[in-house]
Amino acid sequence: MKGVGTILVVAALLAAVPLFGVSNVTLNFLVTALIIALAGQGWNVLGGYGGQYSFGHAAFFGTGAYVSAILQLRYGVNAWIAFAAGIGAGALAGAIIGGLSFRSGLRGSYFALVTLAFAEVLRILASVTPITGAGVGLLVKLDLRPEAFQFQSRVPFYWIILALVTVSLLIVRAIENSRFGAYLVAVRENEEAAKALGVNVIAVKLGAMVISAAIVAAAGGFYVQYFLFIDAGIAYGPWISIEALLAPIIGGVGTVFGPLLGALVVKVLGEAAKLVTGDAPGLDLMIYGGVLVLVIALAPRGIAGVVADLRARIVRRKPEAKPEQPTAGHHV
Amino acid sequence: MLSPAILFTAVLNGLMTGAIYALVALGLTLIYGVLHIINFAHGALLTVALFAALIAYQTFGIDPYLAAFLLAPLFFGLGYLLQRLVIGPAARGEDRNILLVTLGLAVLIENALLYVFRADTRTINLPYAFEVFEIGPAVVALPRLAALGAVAVTTLILWAIMRYTSTGRAIRAVAKEKLGAQLAGIDVAHIYAVTFGLGTACLAVAACLLLPTYYVNPGAGNAFVLVAFTIVVLGGMGSLVGALLGGLLIGVVESLCGFFLGESLGQIGIFTIFILVLLLRPHGLFGEAT
Repeated sequence: MKGVGTILVVAALLAAVPLFGVSNVTLNFLVTALIIALAGQGWNVLGGYGGQYSFGHAAFFGTGAYVSAILQLRYGVNAWIAFAAGIGAGALAGAIIGGLSFRSGLRGSYFALVTLAFAEVLRILASVTPITGAGVGLLVKLDLRPEAFQFQSRVPFYWIILALVTVSLLIVRAIENSRFGAYLVAVRENEEAAKALGVNVIAVKLGAMVISAAIVAAAGGFYVQYFLFIDAGIAYGPWISIEALLAPIIGGVGTVFGPLLGALVVKVLGEAAKLVTGDAPGLDLMIYGGVLVLVIALAPRGIAGVVADLRARIVRRKPEAKPEQPTAGHHV
Repeated sequence: MLSPAILFTAVLNGLMTGAIYALVALGLTLIYGVLHIINFAHGALLTVALFAALIAYQTFGIDPYLAAFLLAPLFFGLGYLLQRLVIGPAARGEDRNILLVTLGLAVLIENALLYVFRADTRTINLPYAFEVFEIGPAVVALPRLAALGAVAVTTLILWAIMRYTSTGRAIRAVAKEKLGAQLAGIDVAHIYAVTFGLGTACLAVAACLLLPTYYVNPGAGNAFVLVAFTIVVLGGMGSLVGALLGGLLIGVVESLCGFFLGESLGQIGIFTIFILVLLLRPHGLFGEAT
């Protein structure tokens, strides 16, 4: 299948990084960037390909994280099974929120608003109900065995999140090449026209929402295993909703590699800010907000768009250079 | 036990909180009615206004009620420039872009405030903040009564601007039919910016009315804006009357909910109303279906 080779090559190159003995700090940076890349890819399925801009994907990140943590802590479920259950729960949350919103015909601003509201309701609920640890949060018990989805070193974590990101890249690539993907893009470009051509708009959007939510929930579930802690602010807070949409928008919305590229840029910017002024509260998000405005203003198709434009210019210049000379006289 | 006097006080207090909600919502709905977009930066701008009023009081000793006369024109200018120089050019008329730009602005402003002022919560002490009045069986605080009156006056001014000035006519024309207005020689970009400025000026007034009895921190505006979103949706997007009535209604509902259920659940109540209204009546109680 077209494009799969590139994905596998990129994955293999990234997988080789720990073999060069990089420091734990670098590895930690890469893991957090890949978590955002995964969440961003989830957002990209619905927002990038489907054109439905959610401002509340924290709802799925948090659900994946909490379900996984609660199953392990309160019911003694194996961490891997809990992780899978978290993904399932995230998909279910996507089906419920998507079903309600799309059936009511919410789109554009309204959809952004309702997703934001759902995430906020979940955040408030999680900060008061006992099962989520209320205001204190949940600490997953330290159990450094591979069976418990916990590792002594950061390297296995890195490979696992890389594998998850690779799977998400392959899923998005498959969507791009599928009939479903074509429907999805049709809905994004013109919902009425798509409907007139017989596309089941609600079903297509709902499908995208479920896939999107499941991918973001996987990011949440991994987050819990890596940091062994979750609270309402992390799980359902606005930071993850924003980073999940920022990554694809910076990298290139509606492209396979956009979220991965964007996540790396977002994290580099965040770290650079910390280096310059120390760990001040709000600084990283302040920069993200500014970058979001700048990207929309200057490069609305993100890095991928800029690269595509540059490539098109170079490709165009080569063949044009020769035939232009003899015909130049006719134009004058 | 439940005496009618206490209930009456709760309703009255709700009306007065609702008046400020209504003012915040008025700005939001005005912008929506003309630009057809939800301004996600509304909350952050309200917070900026709260800090501006705080600084006016602490540094320059200007009473918040006087500061309103100063800050309203200042914030009109701020809103005008934001739309004219940032949001308009960045969005290039694409709805999705406007959404993202206002979201980006919200994140930028809120966290810039967090960075500069830290997360500390600040309040001011005014000598008259705790003075009370008796209205029938109810006892109400002076600042709340003042807020109710000020909101009524602000709404009247806004209504008069929309009704009797040529700018107001142009705003209404652009809201109804952008292309037609443009053909009639109206500078749409200018009118957009004026509308954004008016909406932002409403926030400045609201902030000055809030400050005597409320607190300021970098997230303070958000609580109000969520409520304002609810009101705007409830009242019908773009409907000024809807925003006013919706604001008062939500104020009373919140006050009664807090009275019967306790404070923390009050917020959930608002969110639930919000989601239900969005799902069931996205055109609001007073809005028309399109």
